[in-house]
Amino acid sequence: MFRDRKTLLILFGLPIAQILLFGFALTNEIKNSRIVVCDYAKCGISRQLTEKFAANNNFIVEEALLSHHQIEDAFRSGRIKLAVVFPLDFEDDYQHLNQAHVQLIADATDPNTANMLTAYATNIIMEYQNLSLPYQINTETRMIYNPELKGAINFVPGVMALVLMLVCVMMTSASIVREKEYGTMEVLLVSPLNPFMLIISKAIPYLLLSLVNLIVIILLSITLLGVPVNGSLLLLFLISILFIITALSLGLLISNVAQTQQTAILVSLIGLMVPTILFTGFTFPLENMPVVLQWLANIVPAKWYYTIVKSIMIKGLGFGAIWKETLVLAVMTCLLLMISFKKFKVRLE
Amino acid sequence: MKTLIFLLQKEFKQIFRNKILLALIFIIPVVQLLIFPLAADYEMKNISIVVVDHDHSPYSRKLISKIVASGYFNLYASAGSFEEAFRFIENDKADLVLEIPKNFERELVVEKSQQLFIAANAINGIKAGLGGAYINRIIVDFNTDVRLEWIQPERFNAVPVIQVTSSNRFNPGMNYRFFMVPGILVFLVTLVASYMCALNTVREKEIGTIEQINVTPIKKYQFILGKLIPFWVIGVFVFTVGLFIVARLVYGIIPLGSITLLFAYLAVYLVAMLGLGLLVSTYCQTQQQVMFVMFFFMMIFVLMSGLFTPIESMPAWAYVIARCNPVTYFMEVIRMVVLKGSRLADIRLHFIVMFGFALLFNLWAVIHYKKTT
Repeated sequence: MFRDRKTLLILFGLPIAQILLFGFALTNEIKNSRIVVCDYAKCGISRQLTEKFAANNNFIVEEALLSHHQIEDAFRSGRIKLAVVFPLDFEDDYQHLNQAHVQLIADATDPNTANMLTAYATNIIMEYQNLSLPYQINTETRMIYNPELKGAINFVPGVMALVLMLVCVMMTSASIVREKEYGTMEVLLVSPLNPFMLIISKAIPYLLLSLVNLIVIILLSITLLGVPVNGSLLLLFLISILFIITALSLGLLISNVAQTQQTAILVSLIGLMVPTILFTGFTFPLENMPVVLQWLANIVPAKWYYTIVKSIMIKGLGFGAIWKETLVLAVMTCLLLMISFKKFKVRLE
Repeated sequence: MKTLIFLLQKEFKQIFRNKILLALIFIIPVVQLLIFPLAADYEMKNISIVVVDHDHSPYSRKLISKIVASGYFNLYASAGSFEEAFRFIENDKADLVLEIPKNFERELVVEKSQQLFIAANAINGIKAGLGGAYINRIIVDFNTDVRLEWIQPERFNAVPVIQVTSSNRFNPGMNYRFFMVPGILVFLVTLVASYMCALNTVREKEIGTIEQINVTPIKKYQFILGKLIPFWVIGVFVFTVGLFIVARLVYGIIPLGSITLLFAYLAVYLVAMLGLGLLVSTYCQTQQQVMFVMFFFMMIFVLMSGLFTPIESMPAWAYVIARCNPVTYFMEVIRMVVLKGSRLADIRLHFIVMFGFALLFNLWAVIHYKKTT
């Protein structure tokens, strides 16, 4: 395995790259959005509001007097995402009717962005008014486990699950099938080597590799991203080893079934990656999904592992809180191993 | 020319001989195209809330029923104390805890101001942020109701007020699927096409049949074209099925813009991505290497393409990387053409960039591919 430098490089580089990406580059917040302010009113208030928009670092403001048709064109070319329109009689209405209107037009191609931009803009306008009225209910909100609302805290356990799962499955399935393809498998089977020993000897290097990866990920998360490990590190490692064995068993199963490396790789990758990304729960919340899919998610081992890691790392809970999930993982592993051993043909047909 | 035709025949025969692979290419993307958008939903619903009501007054009960009636929240339980409620957060049974203090109603009427306490499980920052925002909105609404009970509303506002009206263009239903499905289609087509191409080429290297091809008078470019074209056809096919069958029938997505334009861009895009696959395969000796190297690139490309998270929100260094990423451009193009009906003039830059990538990857692959080792 150490002879294959390129793969080794990728195996170590991948978790690092993912942590860097998820930690720093990928975020659901909306920043640096280009908006256009169409100020037909040109009065004191509209100028002040425009300046407030420009001062806010979520927005990059462009001032132009565009018609609705032109605004649509600007959306279409991707130049801007939101238009703020102050109508001509803004000042008049404000002074005489005590009520003026501002129009926000958002490009809803990405509904999330549109929602957030509209909310930001509305907030700015509301804050500017700053009314304080009698019978005021104030709320004090406390964010638990993640007071700074860091996206990394949600992502890191998910990345751990994803990387461990994918690497283990891909590597075991590909390597066993490769021996089948090359024909070296026959040689090994003919030898007095116990087939179980054979499989274990394939699995152990990847187990160790994955542990190293795990350590790297945790180190990076603590130092670069500021994600804490609030619970017991030992417990985390033990459960991780269990999860790695689960993933390796899955790889084993795939390698038993696949005839060529191509199939093994494509099944592992295309068949496994998307469900793992989706159903673990770290990209999209599981509660949002239709119930059918939520049930499906229970089959994905990574989902259980993700819950366990969150409980240990972020909430700092002990074994008592996660024994159920651990049991599920253990049962899955046993099932997978049993099926693989049954299917493993000592003689190749 | 004839050589090329023979090569193509051989490639297609080989591909179709592998039935499992065929099933993989067509079934898995379709299945994932069906499942993915169903699952990919950032809209927050079913937020579990636990209420600790120390007041038990008509006002507190009204507030609670208003929260439940909003449709965003599920009242999971009523707890007697904050500690009890907190345990629900620990067990992941509740996302939010609302604590209403004792004498809430009385104090609000007499003192004219009161405080409510909210605690949110912020591991998922977005969920906590949005959940907090929703509940605040409901509380503000409730606040206005209470206020109107006690103060006569004036015909004109006592103080000038700015009203904000907002409207949404191109996707008034705010349907997140419209945004995700084209993006996922791009993702899947990219994955399938470039992976298969790369794997296929390296497989020949691994098995050794590439040596046999190398000793023939087949020219480099003929060989490369022979590898490109079949997978280009497959890529176009998968895209067509995805767009016209799955997207239209299941999601009701009908491209607003010119379909010819879309396919023209797809054609160039596929050449670029297949070129990348070929390039990678010229550097690798085994299928396993290809698998991992391509995986590495694909992961980064897809995550940085703006599929899930917007590229404008990235820090400057990441934004530069995103702009050097071919997938980003197609991601933008497909969303622009399908959802907004953008025209050629709008995506001129994207075309130029993609031509550049196609040229770069393929030339590099041709130059690097040596017939003799």
